[in-house]
Amino acid sequence: MNEERFDAIVVGAGPSGNAAAYTMAKAGLKVLQLERGEYPGSKNVQGAILYADALEKVIPDFREDAPLERHVIEQRIWMLDDTSYVGMHHRSENFNEERPNRYTIIRAQFDKWFSRRVREAGATLLCETTVTDLVRDLKGKVIGVRTDRGGAIVHADVVIMAEGVNGLVGQRAGLRPELKPEAVALAVKEMHFLPQEMIEQRFNLKGDEGVVIEIMGTVTDGMTGTAFIYTNKESLSVGIGCMVSDFAENETTPYALLEAFKNHPSVKPLLEGSEIKEYAAHLIPEGGYRHIPELFGDGWMIVGDAGHFVNAVHREGSNLAMTTGRVAAETVIRLKQLRSDFSKADLALYRKTLDESFVIKDMKKYKDIPNFLHGNAANVFGTYPRLINEAAQRWFRVDGVAKREKEREIIASFRKGRGLRGLIGDAFKLARAWR
Amino acid sequence: MTTVVKVEEKLYVNRYLVDAGRPHIKVRPHETPSAALVALTHVCPAGCYSTNDRGQVEVAPDGCMECGTCRVLTADTGDVEWNYPRGGYGVLFKFG
Repeated sequence: MNEERFDAIVVGAGPSGNAAAYTMAKAGLKVLQLERGEYPGSKNVQGAILYADALEKVIPDFREDAPLERHVIEQRIWMLDDTSYVGMHHRSENFNEERPNRYTIIRAQFDKWFSRRVREAGATLLCETTVTDLVRDLKGKVIGVRTDRGGAIVHADVVIMAEGVNGLVGQRAGLRPELKPEAVALAVKEMHFLPQEMIEQRFNLKGDEGVVIEIMGTVTDGMTGTAFIYTNKESLSVGIGCMVSDFAENETTPYALLEAFKNHPSVKPLLEGSEIKEYAAHLIPEGGYRHIPELFGDGWMIVGDAGHFVNAVHREGSNLAMTTGRVAAETVIRLKQLRSDFSKADLALYRKTLDESFVIKDMKKYKDIPNFLHGNAANVFGTYPRLINEAAQRWFRVDGVAKREKEREIIASFRKGRGLRGLIGDAFKLARAWR
Repeated sequence: MTTVVKVEEKLYVNRYLVDAGRPHIKVRPHETPSAALVALTHVCPAGCYSTNDRGQVEVAPDGCMECGTCRVLTADTGDVEWNYPRGGYGVLFKFG
């Protein structure tokens, strides 16, 4: 292995690494991809929703053989208090289209499929191999990686780090800082299996139609976080996640939080009788734009979760991963044609291309949201969901109270619950962060 | 939240290949644990951290799902030494 030299080494075989390796291999580059898991996907966790657009730009015909669970025709957003929810649902027949826009997937299966396509495109994949360090020349340029296979070293013109949220290789090489507890969410998730017909009945679906539910409210016990239920073909992905800094201050455990969520009266009937076949945990980089590390340097680039590419507001991540992976690969292909030495100056093209794409535009748009939530979690995830559910109940209950009186009571409950200054301040701060 | 949840029952359905005798996480020896270390006894989603009868925090990473939370929380204190397991070892997600 020491003798062989590659055009590029990709560390990791998740969505970003696979998009990068595929794109470069397809263009005829000599690519080595290293994955620490037994098979691609064995270390990876996601909800998971696949956004077709990002994958189409890498593999246009992916629908022919990718393991897709259901195409999403309905999005539900729920705001929960302890006994109720207020929801906003959007369901449309327009989502039953020839090339659906969003799918639910099961990552271990999806990653295996993606990896097969990467290998068919000509890349070399080595599993059960952990990259322990980067190798540099005398000037500090990255020229390869060291692995835990007897400390073997492999050389390449450029190294793409698609190593996932923890980013240990980049950290240990001093290229990036450690994650901050207030910039990462810890999510726990279970796979609940149910007969296909039962899922279709419970969620009002036919064929391959699917529903995804995003949930916020008192289920996160005053912490910044959300829960979710996604319909797969014969299973439901059920999870909840909160910021690590909030978990550290709260006394509860992630699994107790998950259990309480599953027992919420609005959730329990959906899961009734299911068989749980897996319990998973994973970090999600949710610090936003301000926590994106340096993305490139002499001989290296960072893509995907390792680059903190998650749009927490829109629950997007894997699409940003695949897009950054593809753009990094296209940068390598372009620079190779120009006979570049893959210096920092040349690799700046990667960042420039991202700046002009939706990836950085969206990350920038929401750069102040994490700060807005941090310190205001008890209100956003506790006070408001409670007030809104109480208001809905007051409004819908028919009890001989005059409607004008009900309106007065609702307004009074908000003023009492959050205070006039609090209400105006929150609205102002949110509007400013959202803009 | 009063429900008592046994994390062992959750981990039971998972697949692992344990690298016997080579734990990938170690707690630095200490007399009195830092606040961050104590927090791990409830934050770790696999319940790997516990307090022994001398009040020190211990780790048994067999059920670890390699999320990295404990490393992030103790980065400032340096209480925890965290590595990925050797290639091929550790948790093996069937679904992920």
